[in-house]
Amino acid sequence: MRHLISCLKHYKKEAILSPLFKLLEASMELIVPLVVAQIIDVGIPAGDRWYIVRMCLVLVGFGVLGLGFALTAQYFAAKAAVGASAELRTRLFCKLQSFSFSRIDHMGTSTMITRMTSDINQVQSGVNMTLRLLLRSPFIVFGAMAMAFVVDVQVALVFLAVIPLLAIVVFSVMGACIPLYQQVQGRLDMVYLSTRENLAGVRVIRAFSLENKERKVFSERNAALRRAQGRAGIVSALTNPLTYILVNLAVIALLYLGAGRVELGILEKGDVYALYGYLSQILVELIKLANLIFTLTKAVSCQKRVGAVLDLEGEARLLAPAAETAEGAPDVTFDHVSFSYEGGGDQALTDINFTVSHGQTIGILGGTGAGKSTLVNLIPRFYAATEGKVLVHGADVKGQDPERLRGRIGVVPQKTALFRGTIRSNLLWGNEDATDEQLMEAVRLAQAEDVVAAKGGLDGEVAQEGKNFSGGQRQRLTIARALVRRPDILILDDSSSALDYATDAELRAALRTLDCTVFLVSQRASTVLHADQIIVLEDGRMAGIGRHEDLLQFCEVYREIYAAQYKESV
Amino acid sequence: MKQMSTMRHILRYLKPYWFYLVCTIVLAVFSVAAQLCIPYLVGLGIDTLLGAGAVQFEALYRIFVLIGVCIAVAAAAQWLMSLCNNRIAYSVLADIRSEAFGKLGTLPLSYLDARAYGETASVIISDAEQFSDGLLLGFTQLFTGVATILGVLVIMFVMRWEVALAVVLVTPLSFFIAKYISTHTYAMFKRQAEARAAQTAFIDEAIGNLKVVKAFSHEKENEEQFAVYNDALSKASVKATFFSSTTNPTTRFVNSLAYALVALIGAFIAIATAGSATPFTAGQLSSMLSYCTQYTKPFNDISEVVTEFQNAIACAARIFALIAEEDEPSDAGNEALSHPRGEVCLRDVSFSYRPGQKLIEHLSVDVAAGKRVAIVGPTGCGKTTLINLLMRFYDVQGGSITVDGKDIRTITRRSLRAGMGMVLQDTWLKRASVRENLCMGAQVTEEEMIAAARAAHAHSFIRRLPQGYDTVIGDEGVLSQGQKQLLCIARVMLCHPPMLILDEATSNIDTRTERKVQDAFQRLMEGRTCFIVAHRLSTIENADLILVMKDGKIIEQGVHGELLRRGGFYAKLYHAQFME
Repeated sequence: MRHLISCLKHYKKEAILSPLFKLLEASMELIVPLVVAQIIDVGIPAGDRWYIVRMCLVLVGFGVLGLGFALTAQYFAAKAAVGASAELRTRLFCKLQSFSFSRIDHMGTSTMITRMTSDINQVQSGVNMTLRLLLRSPFIVFGAMAMAFVVDVQVALVFLAVIPLLAIVVFSVMGACIPLYQQVQGRLDMVYLSTRENLAGVRVIRAFSLENKERKVFSERNAALRRAQGRAGIVSALTNPLTYILVNLAVIALLYLGAGRVELGILEKGDVYALYGYLSQILVELIKLANLIFTLTKAVSCQKRVGAVLDLEGEARLLAPAAETAEGAPDVTFDHVSFSYEGGGDQALTDINFTVSHGQTIGILGGTGAGKSTLVNLIPRFYAATEGKVLVHGADVKGQDPERLRGRIGVVPQKTALFRGTIRSNLLWGNEDATDEQLMEAVRLAQAEDVVAAKGGLDGEVAQEGKNFSGGQRQRLTIARALVRRPDILILDDSSSALDYATDAELRAALRTLDCTVFLVSQRASTVLHADQIIVLEDGRMAGIGRHEDLLQFCEVYREIYAAQYKESV
Repeated sequence: MKQMSTMRHILRYLKPYWFYLVCTIVLAVFSVAAQLCIPYLVGLGIDTLLGAGAVQFEALYRIFVLIGVCIAVAAAAQWLMSLCNNRIAYSVLADIRSEAFGKLGTLPLSYLDARAYGETASVIISDAEQFSDGLLLGFTQLFTGVATILGVLVIMFVMRWEVALAVVLVTPLSFFIAKYISTHTYAMFKRQAEARAAQTAFIDEAIGNLKVVKAFSHEKENEEQFAVYNDALSKASVKATFFSSTTNPTTRFVNSLAYALVALIGAFIAIATAGSATPFTAGQLSSMLSYCTQYTKPFNDISEVVTEFQNAIACAARIFALIAEEDEPSDAGNEALSHPRGEVCLRDVSFSYRPGQKLIEHLSVDVAAGKRVAIVGPTGCGKTTLINLLMRFYDVQGGSITVDGKDIRTITRRSLRAGMGMVLQDTWLKRASVRENLCMGAQVTEEEMIAAARAAHAHSFIRRLPQGYDTVIGDEGVLSQGQKQLLCIARVMLCHPPMLILDEATSNIDTRTERKVQDAFQRLMEGRTCFIVAHRLSTIENADLILVMKDGKIIEQGVHGELLRRGGFYAKLYHAQFME
C-alpha cells in the first residue's frame, strides 16, 4: 500500500476533496428520512398542504446540492485515480529499467509487462472506486447510525449491534478473496505466457505442427484460470446475501423494539419509519460496497504484485564514484575474475586474468557456452563479478556509476533489437547530440549504407523491434548505433554472425581505423586472426592468451579451432 | 449497426450456457419478488403501531414470520444467481480466449508478421477480460434490474395508481440522461483504449529489450517517451472515467425528484383520504417511498451497465475482428504427403511481401531427392523468404513449388511440414523443461532423446544445468544463443524428416563444435533433401548444388569447385574469407 499512497500524495488535494464532497452528498441523503418523518408526523395529521409542499421543495433542494457535490467528487476521484496510477506506472517503469541483468533474467519480461499494464489498470479502477464509494459507504453507515441515535437511543442499539456484524462479514469475505484473486492473477500470467510464446514462436510451432498441442496447453491453462475465477466468485458472491440477511433481521428487531416504544408512547410512527429508512440506506450502501469488494480485492492483489516489484532493489547509481578512473591506466583489466549466474549452477567463468591497453583489438574465441558473452558482459558491469575485480580505466567497475561507465562503452549485443521510430531515432541512442554527418559516418563504418539507402535515408521507418529489417540488416544497424557513440571501448558480441564474409571483412577493416579498444567475440578464427591479443576460452577458463602466432604454437584448443576452419590452407 | 452485429456474436457465445441463463432469470424473479415483499410487509408492520397502548402485537408477529421467509428466499436466490452469472461470464471468457488463441494457429503469417505481438496479445488478454467484466456486471444488474422495475410498477399501481403514474412520468428523463451520457462515453472509452494500446506496444518493446536499453543507458530517454504515452493515456482516462461516472449522480438526482414527487402526491392523497373507507395510511406512504427508491435504483444500475457495456462491446468488437480474420486457405480435402522422397521443384516462382516491391521473381530450381542445396548470397537477397515459401508459411504468388511432383498447395500443410525439419536463425524455445523443448510433442524414448542431444553436442551442457533435462528454460534466461541453437538442432534430429531446412543454423556455434554438429548432420542428411542457408562457406563446400542468390534471383548455380573456377560472385564471396 505504501507505494500507492505515496503516489496519491501528488494528488493530495483531489484525494481529500473527492471523499469530502462525497460526504457532503451523503449528508444530503441522510437528511431525507428526517424530512419525510416531518411530513408524516406533522404535515399529514395537521392537513397542512403548504407545509408539505415546502418540505418537498426542501427535498428537491437537497437533490440539487447532492448532484453538485457528487459531480465534483467524481471529477476529483477520476483525476486522483488516473493521476496516481500514471505515477505508479512511471515509477514501475523506472524501477524495471533500473534492474540489473541478473534480475531481468530472473524475473522474465512477460510478468514485467502484465504488471505494467493490466495490474495497474486494476489498481486504477480500485482507487477510483475507493475514493468514490469506500469512504461514502462507512459514512452513510455510521451517519445513519448517528441519526438513529438522535431519533431514539434504545432502538438505535440495533444499529450498534448490526454494524459490527456487517463489518465482520464484509471484511472476512474480502480477506478470503484476496489470496483467491492472487491465484487468479498468477494463472492469468500463464495464459499470457502461452499467448506471447505462440506469437513469438509461430514459425517453429507451425513447422512442428504443434498448433493443436499448444491449443491443448492453452486450454488447460485457460481452464485452470476459469476454475480459479469460479472459486473466487463463489466466495465473493457471499457478501450480498449475507449482508442482506443481517440487515433485514435488524429490520425485524427494529420493528419489534419500535413497537414497544410506540406502545409506551415514547415514539411515533414517523420515527419508526425514519429508523427503517436509515436501515434501508445502510443496506443500499452495503450492496454497493459488496460490488465494490469485487473490484477492490482484485485491485489490492494487483497492487501487491506491483508493490512487490517496486520493493526490489534496482541497480544503484553512484553519483560520487567510489573508485577514481585514472588517465593512462589500462582500458580494461580482469584480476582473478570468477562469475556464476544467480541460480545457474556451475561457475560460468573461472579465474580470468588479462590487461588491455588503449587501442588494442582483443579477440575472444571459444566454443558455445565457453563464457565469451559472459566475459564481455562483465566489462560494462551488466553482471557483477562474483570473485575478483574488473577494472575499466583503472577503477573497479563496482565503484563506478553504471551510467557513466556505460556511456564510454559501445555494445553490440548478440540479440539485435531495434525500436519503433526512424533509423535516425535508433542511431541517436548511441549519442543523442550526434549530427546527421556523424550518423552517416557510423553507418558507413558499419557497412550499412545500403540498408539506410533502401529505406529512403535516415528518416526511414523502423517497425516495432525492427521487424521490417532482415537479421543482417538489423545487425549492421546495431553496430552503427554503437559506433555513433564514438566509444572508448567497443564490444562486438558475435555481431557479424549474420553477415557474409565479404561484409564482415570490410567491417573489420573499417573498425581498425578507429581510435578505440575493440573486443571481438567470435567463433570464426578469421575474425580474430589479426587481433592484438586473442583470449581463448574453454568451459569458462582461459585456455590461452596471446597473438595468433603464439597461440598456434602453444595453445592446443586454438590450434584445433583454427585447423577446423582453415583445413585447406594449413 | 456494427454494435448490432457484435451483439449477435455475443449471443452466439452465450448459447451453450442457455440453461444457466434461464436459471439466472428465474432466480432473479424469485429474489426480486421476495425483496419487494419486504417493504410492503414493513409498511403493514408500521401500520400496526397505532399509537401508545394500541400496538397490535399479534399482527406484527405474523408479519415478522413472513418477512423471515422473504429474507431466506431472497438471500438464497441471490447467491445462486451470482454463481450462475459467474459461471456464464467466466465460461464465455474462457471460450472466447480459446477461440482467439486457436486463431493464432490458423492465421496466415502475413497477418501476424504485420503486427506487434503485444497488440495481438492485448486483444486476447485484456480486451477479453474487460469484455467478461462487462458481461458479468450486465447479468448481475440487468435481470434483477428489469424484474425490480416491473415488480415495483405492478405493486405501486395496485397500491395507488396516481402515485405510480407520477413516478412513471419522471422515468423517461432518467433514460434520456443515461442515453446522452453513454453516447459520449463510448467515444471516450474508445480513445482511452487506443491510447492504452499504443502504450502497451511501447512497453512491450522497451521492457522486452530491456538489456539493450540498459547497454545504451537509454533509460532516461525511454522514461521521457514513456511519459508522453502515459500523459496521453492519462488525459483520455480522466475524461472517460469522469464522464462515465456522471451517470450515477445524475440519475440519482432524477430519483430524488421522483422521491419528492411521491412524498408530495402521497401526502396530499393521505390528507384527502383521511377518514374515508380506504385511507392512504402513513405506512402505505412509507412503503411507496421505499418502492420509489427501489424502482429508480435499477435505472441507475442499468445505465451504469450501459456505459460499462459500451466499453465491453468495444473490446468484444476487437476480439471478434481477430476471430473473424481470414484464416490461411484451408487444406481440408488435400491429400497428405506420406513418406515423400523429397524431390523439390520450384517452377517460375514469384513472390513479394508488399505489392509493388518485387522480391523473388521467376525463380526455377530442380532438386532431386537426397540432394544437398546450399543457398548463399548477401543479406536481404531473399534466402529467408525462400524458406517461408518452402515451409508454406507464405504462398507463392506466381509459379509453383512441388514436392515429389505434387504442388505443395494441394497437400496438407501438416504433412508437408512434418516432412521438413527446420532450424531457424531466430532460435525459439518455450518456457518448459529442456525435455519438452526437445521432444516437441513427439513420442520418443528417453534414450532416443539423449542420443539426439548427444549427437547435437547438447547433452554435456544440459547435464550441467541445475535440474538437467528437467530444468525449465525459456526464451530469456541463462542459455547462450549457441546453446539454444544446439537444442534446436537436437530437436530436429529427433524427427528424422526426409527434407531439411537449415537457416544459418550454425551461425552462433563455434567452428569447433560446428564440425562435430556437422558430423551429426552428415549422418542426418544421408538420403535427405537439404536446403542449407549459411554464410559460412566451409559448411556448404560439399553441397550437391550451390545457389548463389542476389536480389531475389539466382545469379549462379553449380558445385563449389566449378563456381570457384568461374570466378564470379561466388568466388568473390569465397575469397573474402581469406582476404586479410
